[in-house]
Amino acid sequence: MLRVESLSKSFEGFKAVNNANLHVEKGEIVAVIGPNGAGKTTLFNLITGVLKPDNGKVYFKGEDITGLPPHEIFKKRISRSFQVVNLFPRLSVFENVQIAILSREGKTWNLFSPSKKFAIEETEEILERVGLIDKRNRISALLSHGDQKVLEIAIALGGKPEFLIFDEPTAGMSPEETSRCIELIKHLSEKMGLTILFCEHDMEIVFGIANRIMVMVRGSTIIQGSCEEVRCNKAVQDAYLGGGDECSV
Amino acid sequence: MKGNLLGRKGLLTGVIIILFLFILPFIFPRFYIYMTSIILLTGLLASSCNIALGFGGIYQFHHAVFYGAGAYAAALIITKSSLSPWIAFAAGPIVSAIIGLIMGIISIRLSKLYFGMLQVSLGSLVWVIVYRWYSFTGGDDGIHGIPLPEILSSANGAYYFTLFITGLSMFVLYRILKSPFGSVLQGIRDNPLRSGIIGVNVKRHQLMTLVIASFFAGVAGTLFVVVDNTVFPDMLFWTLSMEIVIMCLLGGWFTFFGPMLGAAALVALRTFVSSFTVYWALILGILFTLVIFFLPNGILGYIEQKFKKGTEVSVDRG
Ligand SMILES: Nc1ncnc2c1ncn2[C@@H]1O[C@H](COP(=O)(O)OP(=O)(O)OP(=O)(O)O)[C@@H](O)[C@H]1O
Ligand SMILES: [Mg+2]
Repeated sequence: MLRVESLSKSFEGFKAVNNANLHVEKGEIVAVIGPNGAGKTTLFNLITGVLKPDNGKVYFKGEDITGLPPHEIFKKRISRSFQVVNLFPRLSVFENVQIAILSREGKTWNLFSPSKKFAIEETEEILERVGLIDKRNRISALLSHGDQKVLEIAIALGGKPEFLIFDEPTAGMSPEETSRCIELIKHLSEKMGLTILFCEHDMEIVFGIANRIMVMVRGSTIIQGSCEEVRCNKAVQDAYLGGGDECSV
Repeated sequence: MKGNLLGRKGLLTGVIIILFLFILPFIFPRFYIYMTSIILLTGLLASSCNIALGFGGIYQFHHAVFYGAGAYAAALIITKSSLSPWIAFAAGPIVSAIIGLIMGIISIRLSKLYFGMLQVSLGSLVWVIVYRWYSFTGGDDGIHGIPLPEILSSANGAYYFTLFITGLSMFVLYRILKSPFGSVLQGIRDNPLRSGIIGVNVKRHQLMTLVIASFFAGVAGTLFVVVDNTVFPDMLFWTLSMEIVIMCLLGGWFTFFGPMLGAAALVALRTFVSSFTVYWALILGILFTLVIFFLPNGILGYIEQKFKKGTEVSVDRG
């Protein structure tokens, strides 16, 4: 469904992403792992149009989407959440999700009918799904960090995506929030049939939900394969998993 | 922005204020009728500015230009052409909107403070033209004794006209803020980057906001012609723009009626301390500082916060 071919991006000579390759099939959950500064966020920014690549190609459903601006990518039904919370802080939880839907439906130029007539059911449905319906009227800046991260996902769902990208969805969450978030991701994959690409530092989570894993070190793809393949790969163990032989599993 | 300002209490306050405004000419002497007219139209001016400033997050630093432009357009059409004054009143806001559009197209690509600075420069250019083009605009004398239609030439006629048009304009502004456009606008204010990512054309929405804001500034300017029968270059001087920004901040720039309240406070203050006009700038400066330090959300923002404390903002975690 998504194919990334030798994608590269430099910042003033520093190669943040260097020849990254990735492919994600429909319905899969794929994890990108790698140490801090490996270029995971930059890779996601390149895919979603927030940054323009220097080299390489991104294909979505066979179509070349390399370098398209973010709002075009959004229209292609690719949505993302951010590592650092990136919400509309003065708006309510409900409005945060609603404007994503209004935008998708092309209603943002309606000046004279009340907003409260639009996208109500869909917004409520999304909030129900992610478990924020009770907090619908809360100003989003006043939510707990964990809830804000979940709202990130809810806004992404407002784009009615087929493909979701989550940048460290559980970062900073309490253990209970984390397990609820994992349930949510599984739910999105299993019940809604969405394809999901995410990155995460917690290996337990990664091995728990990912179908396949791509390992990135210093901007480059070392390997992409099943959890087993990745766990047993020598280069990965040296570079990342700390050398310990866990292949006896 | 919460829809029902303060719920039932807010509605009651509103009804009382409107009733009071209706019967005001029967109770108070003429001077207060004039002053209330000025408060209303200045309140509309500040509210229109706040659509861009408080709800759009756009640094609308020279809003007075659109006010003055509307007033001059109406005054010039009345005095220099044989067209009906009613046409002039309609033309004022349209001219303002066009100037808002042109200045917007030039400056919208800049962000935040740079936008504000460019707007001040371009606006000052408009002021210079008005100030210097003596033969057409009357230069620093302005234009006086602008003839008006019969029913507007009495203080009461002008007052009720101002009340009606201000009320109507505020209603339209409120509707716009509550529309999908208004929701998205507030989203852009909060987070332009994310707005762009979810498919909003940020610059084009901001441009539209500037056009709306300048249109209603033009309405206010036209009302000034009706109330005062004069125009003068100070109407589009940058010091007035600063006053408008202070009105918004003082009243509460994240509230809908805050700027109206701020305008009432400032107009009343200016009227009563006018014997020491030299100190006006000083008074404004002190007021501004006090607001920034003690009421960062303005008077109405403070009241709303207090009110909400008791109800829904008891943040429970998890
Ligand atoms: N806009 C930028 N300008 C300059 N350097 C950047 C920029 N964005 C990222 N970098 C650099 O690129 C490298 C990769 O950053 P990136 O954020 O993609 O890593 P990451 O894998 O997401 O790390 P983390 O796990 O800490 O989130 C880092 O060394 C970072 O300093
Ligand atoms: Mg990152």
